[in-house]
Amino acid sequence: MLNELKTLPTNYVTTPGEIHTSTGKTLRTDEMIINMGPQHPSTHGVLRLEIVVDGEIVVDVIPHIGYLHRCFEKHAEYMTNYQQVIPYADRMDYLASMNNDWAYALTIERLLKIEVPQRVEYIRVIMAELQRIASHLIAVGTFGIDMGAFTPFLWAFRDRERILDLFEMTCGARLLYNYIWIGGLSHDLPKGFVEKAKEFCTYFRPKLKEFNDLLTFNEIFIKRTANVGVLPKDVAINYACSGPVLRASGVDWDLRRDDPYGVYNKIAWEVQTGKGEMGTVGDVWDRFIVKVREMEQSVRIIEQALAGLPEGNVQAALPKRIRPDAGEMYVRTESPRGELGFYIISDGTGSPYRLKARAPAFVNLSVVPAISRGCMIADLVAIVGSVDIVLGEVDR
Amino acid sequence: MQELLKSFLGDNALVYIIMGVPPLIFILLYALVTLYMEMKVSAHIQDRVAYMRTGWHGVLQPFADILKLIQKEDIIPAQADKLLFTLAPYLVFTGTYAGFAAIPFSEGYIGSNINLGVFYIVAASSIVVAGLLMSGWASNNKWSLLGAMRSAAQIVSYEIPSALAILVAVMITGSLNLNDVSKFQEGGLFNWVVFGGPLPLLQKLAIIPFTATAFFILLTAGIAEANRTPFDLPEAESELVQGFNTEYSGMKFAIFYVAEYANMFLVSAVAVCLFLGGWQSPFGSALSGPIWGVFWIVIKGMAFVFFQIWLRWTLPRLRVDQLMYVSWKVMTPMLFVCVFAVGLILVL
Amino acid sequence: MTAQEIHDSLKAKFGEAVLEAKLDAPQPWIKVDPQQLYDAAVFLRETADLAFDYCSCVSGVDYNDGKLGAVYHLFSMVHKHKIVIKAIVPKETPHVRSTADVWAGANWHEREAFDMVGIVFDGHPDLRRILTPDDYPGHPLRKDFQVPEFYNGMKVPY
Repeated sequence: MLNELKTLPTNYVTTPGEIHTSTGKTLRTDEMIINMGPQHPSTHGVLRLEIVVDGEIVVDVIPHIGYLHRCFEKHAEYMTNYQQVIPYADRMDYLASMNNDWAYALTIERLLKIEVPQRVEYIRVIMAELQRIASHLIAVGTFGIDMGAFTPFLWAFRDRERILDLFEMTCGARLLYNYIWIGGLSHDLPKGFVEKAKEFCTYFRPKLKEFNDLLTFNEIFIKRTANVGVLPKDVAINYACSGPVLRASGVDWDLRRDDPYGVYNKIAWEVQTGKGEMGTVGDVWDRFIVKVREMEQSVRIIEQALAGLPEGNVQAALPKRIRPDAGEMYVRTESPRGELGFYIISDGTGSPYRLKARAPAFVNLSVVPAISRGCMIADLVAIVGSVDIVLGEVDR
Repeated sequence: MQELLKSFLGDNALVYIIMGVPPLIFILLYALVTLYMEMKVSAHIQDRVAYMRTGWHGVLQPFADILKLIQKEDIIPAQADKLLFTLAPYLVFTGTYAGFAAIPFSEGYIGSNINLGVFYIVAASSIVVAGLLMSGWASNNKWSLLGAMRSAAQIVSYEIPSALAILVAVMITGSLNLNDVSKFQEGGLFNWVVFGGPLPLLQKLAIIPFTATAFFILLTAGIAEANRTPFDLPEAESELVQGFNTEYSGMKFAIFYVAEYANMFLVSAVAVCLFLGGWQSPFGSALSGPIWGVFWIVIKGMAFVFFQIWLRWTLPRLRVDQLMYVSWKVMTPMLFVCVFAVGLILVL
Repeated sequence: MTAQEIHDSLKAKFGEAVLEAKLDAPQPWIKVDPQQLYDAAVFLRETADLAFDYCSCVSGVDYNDGKLGAVYHLFSMVHKHKIVIKAIVPKETPHVRSTADVWAGANWHEREAFDMVGIVFDGHPDLRRILTPDDYPGHPLRKDFQVPEFYNGMKVPY
């Protein structure tokens, strides 16, 4: 194996007078390599983009990832039981921990073939949608920074803070919750949560409108984002993009509706797709507006789920020791960034034999080189920002 | 004031050195105030409160910041061109500071009472480009180089609209000396060039649209020359890390910072002198005089500095090609029309 | 289409290359000869009533019995059906024909499977390590992987 590895292209083989990219392409004389990252303000973490530029024009982009690799999959195999994986799943996409927990718990529940109580399903939906708003707020806020507008970012954080307060009230944590457990929740909602959550919904709607007035429909912003980084429908599907990136390209596809889990099919809401209002379908502005509109829909979902919240137990009857039968299961859920799947192979013991996390940001990031050739450096920043990556999830 | 000094000290170099001190003191004080203002204004725009701990509402924070910057280690990258790297911030500051020489702070004080005042300012602020290019090149950092190239392209192309806008005002006032230009606008608010200057009423009404356009463009081009958002491409943080000043730290960085702030006031002051009466009081002869003159020009200048801060924390940034588009295809043609129209109206 | 029909149409086209299938599992899977995987992938994608245009996930698995597996979770955006395709290869010669030019989305997943489990995807456009450093010894998700004592002179277990 190692011998084979050595025959593969080695990075930066430099013969005199020639410079290669790490994929082995030789540079022309008027091109230069710039490393955007791993320490760069707009790579949203420790992503390194090796970009070949001709002046300001991007000729090629080669993403290098793995700087935040924390061996999630290896850790999961080494745990002594299935529950212990949840805190690690939390840390995968640290901006959407609830969704990660839910996806993992759901996979194990499907492996165990157990049903969770209705109250749990409703609370999970509420938490997941609150988390979606929180995550999208960061996505649109940091995208504002990428565009040079600082104020929307802090406005987004101000509103996100309210959601984090709700989470803190529920489970004591503000970022990594460990709240959704296999077969239920770690504990029930605290007193007064429902009222506070409703209060948040009424607070948030006008704030979102204000945000749109400041950033979304700003003339400069539209000029910067419309017709930039257009991702056509067929390319998006071929690259297995998911979530807002896929929907912005005009694919009407949302796992919450099309592969239902939780109680999403009991709730009235709409899937938002990109329509190319300001330019072409699938451009950066579309990817942005889809996230903004999804936040509105999430508020709708939360309100309905709060209204329909039944009484009951918050933990299903579980065997004392969780040992699913030997088998395998791939469950996909709609995290804020897209299709978050867990492929778990069980060998009948108390911990996963193999766990593979299909991280949406990982797959969505792989489309960036394809849509950013020929654009400018400023557009590349816009494209990376609009794809909305979280490096914790990309590198796992 | 220069004459006064000469009568005491005779015509020697000391006079000119003493004449150069007030703008320097002004720039330093103004930089402190603006630093504080920028933080507070941005904070309140963003639903925050900013500094609250250092003194009353954090008024001592700028001093703390300066103290920190002085204490910081002055890093020069190993592969950098040391001479150019060290020289660049001073050159940038010099370019801006030199511009202050031709700004009349009041009827009695102008650093250098030369006939080519505005022309001199435009020329002097071009030195800034050389300084920025030097800093970008000497840093030996690709991001800095890109930033420097951007800033050179940007400042050079925005000098055209700003020079043309200045031309509009100069055509009306008939002088390049900003002190004379300010004197020309005597007699209150409605005699300011932006309102057509002290011309007959009919001419005035015809000229207002063009002077107002020229004023607005001068202000916009000024923001672009001062590298402020939405035209802060040379140091676009999210794209070029910090552009030309990526590698700078400590006092060198502080000098870039002060130069940027000074430049903000310089472009505001030029616009104020040319279009808004300079040190003239808006109420005619009331509240006017040499001391009030200082007050008025600083207040007017600071109003536009505030305006620039406000814009910065509201708008996103333009892209390089859009920036060039605005300069060459929108502002310059509009100003050609203005120059032509103003000339025509003045002749008639 | 049901898993049975998908299996039948694959069987009709490739015959012996379809090695094994488990169609009554909660998520039915079909085991394909790794040498024929590429052709099968093209067939699955291009045939009108299969139209598997969305490659959700590719997972590399070490089955710990001398075999490695590449597991493809496929889905059709057109017909909304899904199937799992497995290609099992021996550990000594872990070669699978890459499907990265059939589904661009498989590109990085295959790189990850190469990095983590050590399956070599022949014909892959850019088969470099993706998550671990380029000079990392071995493939961490193999069951027989030993954490090296030193990595580039740094002591690893602390």
